[in-house]
Amino acid sequence: MSVDFETRIDRRFRALKTQGRGGLVAFVTAGDPDPDTAFEILKGLPGAGADLIELGMPFSDPMADGPAIQASSQRALKAGQTTIKTIDMVRRFREDDDETPIILMGYYNPVYIYGVDRFLADAKAAGVDGLIIVDLPPEEEQELCLPALKAEINFIYLTAPTTDDVRLPAVLRNASGFVYYVSITGITGTASASVEAIEEAVERLRRHTDLPLAVGFGIKTAEQVGAVGQAANAAVVGSALVNQVAGNLDADGKAKPCLVNAVLGFAAELAQGVRNAKGFATREQRK
Amino acid sequence: MSRLNTYRAGPDETGHFGIYGGRFVAETLMPLVLDLETAYEAAKADPDFHAEIAGYLKHYVGRPSPLYFAQRMTENLGGARIYFKREDLNHTGAHKINNCIGQIMLARRMGKTRIIAETGAGMHGVATATVCALFNLPCIIYMGCKDIERQAPNVYRMKMLGAEVRPVGTGSGTLKDAMNDAIRDWVTNVADTYYLIGTVAGMHPFPAMVRDFQCVIGEETRTQILELEGRRPDSLVACIGGGSNAMGLFHPFLDETAIRIVGVEAAGHGIETGEHAASLTAGRPGVLHGNRTYLLMDDDGQIEEAHSISAGLDYPGIGPEHSWLYDTGRVEYVSVTDTEALEAFRFCSRMEGIIPALESSHAIAQAMKMAPDLPKDHLMVINLSGRGDKDLNMVAHIDGVTL
Repeated sequence: MSVDFETRIDRRFRALKTQGRGGLVAFVTAGDPDPDTAFEILKGLPGAGADLIELGMPFSDPMADGPAIQASSQRALKAGQTTIKTIDMVRRFREDDDETPIILMGYYNPVYIYGVDRFLADAKAAGVDGLIIVDLPPEEEQELCLPALKAEINFIYLTAPTTDDVRLPAVLRNASGFVYYVSITGITGTASASVEAIEEAVERLRRHTDLPLAVGFGIKTAEQVGAVGQAANAAVVGSALVNQVAGNLDADGKAKPCLVNAVLGFAAELAQGVRNAKGFATREQRK
Repeated sequence: MSRLNTYRAGPDETGHFGIYGGRFVAETLMPLVLDLETAYEAAKADPDFHAEIAGYLKHYVGRPSPLYFAQRMTENLGGARIYFKREDLNHTGAHKINNCIGQIMLARRMGKTRIIAETGAGMHGVATATVCALFNLPCIIYMGCKDIERQAPNVYRMKMLGAEVRPVGTGSGTLKDAMNDAIRDWVTNVADTYYLIGTVAGMHPFPAMVRDFQCVIGEETRTQILELEGRRPDSLVACIGGGSNAMGLFHPFLDETAIRIVGVEAAGHGIETGEHAASLTAGRPGVLHGNRTYLLMDDDGQIEEAHSISAGLDYPGIGPEHSWLYDTGRVEYVSVTDTEALEAFRFCSRMEGIIPALESSHAIAQAMKMAPDLPKDHLMVINLSGRGDKDLNMVAHIDGVTL
């Protein structure tokens, strides 16, 4: 299916290219640790320097996620987060920000139960630009990817170290927005790939696609963000940000007054990573 | 509903039984799932593979398992002639070993050197640990904390067999959460690890493959009842968690539509209390653990905790082929409460000198409801899927006895 629409994701990656730097994709879980605090975090992320926002739709059984995001999802669900509330959060965010791309990330069941057509219509109306649904590989593209493209929402495909050159064209066939490279075999917030391994993977992906490449899993520090932002077009940080939420809860699990600033402060630190590393030095040039 | 020519043709080439099944997995796993499918298709076409499995089933597992006429129970209930398919007499004490023998052979063919599995009651964990010991492969079993507590003897059995039991404390601390962590392990250790799923659920090709390995139950039953009674059974009854023992008994008979087939889900404290594990009776179609199937969930699509006295049935989903058979109406699905299952557990122990697993007790409880109203020449086969030794601590606890 040809993609003949443009979203904030396309515009943002073009702007990053003009600026000559990589981008920071910041992941937070909608509703973590409570709806109001989560909204304050979301609103503050662009100001802190997040170029794109991945907003997690919490799910009871996040099979691709490590302990940090599992706990974060549990906190959000316990605080009453639902898919409809997550979409509404985006709508309110859009009242003040019409430029920062928002990608909803999650698992298929809550979307399926919401109803695919209704979900896409509501998400589009709220200002959602893209979707990352972990458990929908290209083999299940008719479920949500193709309907999403019809609704002019990017369906972001994940590629992994196990996605070989034979399989890549099938994965990229309906890719749009950007391609998310899962840099390790594993779950979020655990092991980190070396910069060399990421560079090699990016080179391989570049032979197959012109779409921007974002790299995630195991990226925790401003330094890593800087290096990955140079190797690819963007670095995704999730668990490390969510850990800032976890680290600023009181004994009852409620947000401490400093929580929002702690998360945004850390996001700002990460954002400096991509800005300081400005210059797109290629691997060859650095040799 | 119009009758199908066959109920045994599924899944299609994309792993679907109607709308159920499929391959809802992360990209990292997808290439492995495709590899597994290719390897299984190749093995299936190889007579040596089947001969190898048959050899171990005969000499190691002790198959065929007897088809036993439960005379006292039949007389006491006063209706149908009741037969037990004695899967409890298999080595390791349940039907689970049938599947483990098949899959370990496949894992060896694929050159995998590390085996992982999830377990609920521990029977699949024990069976997996057993075949890993047999073939000298390292074995890691994921088991919910709550299940570890209520199935202590099986935990020790697994350790005795050389397996590492990893407790899973997230979520409800039961089978669903153990499965999440097993999938997380698989996605992390893609190169050397074989995920040996214990039931007819998960992503394609597991539901079909596990079914194929369990069909030995139904195939033997057919031969045995012909020998004993000179005809086919009139009804089949089996309990269902994920549904592998039931599928193994049912599948070979699905196209003989005169045979009444009844699957028994766990109603826990009662369907109306919301504390149960009856995905078909009280759930709706959704996507979890790689497949679309009936699931227990809330209105937001969040998976709910299941409840059953029997750890092996304590799962908020069911195999996708059962979901399809439910929709087509070929198989009847009913549910039995904890209390009814316990009553059947005691009844069978006293009546036949056979202590059944609490899982299998659900099937017996259903048979106790059905049999009295059936004619005396009605032939009923109950799948006695496992033995109840593992449940004695639990039942003693209910009786206020400390062992």
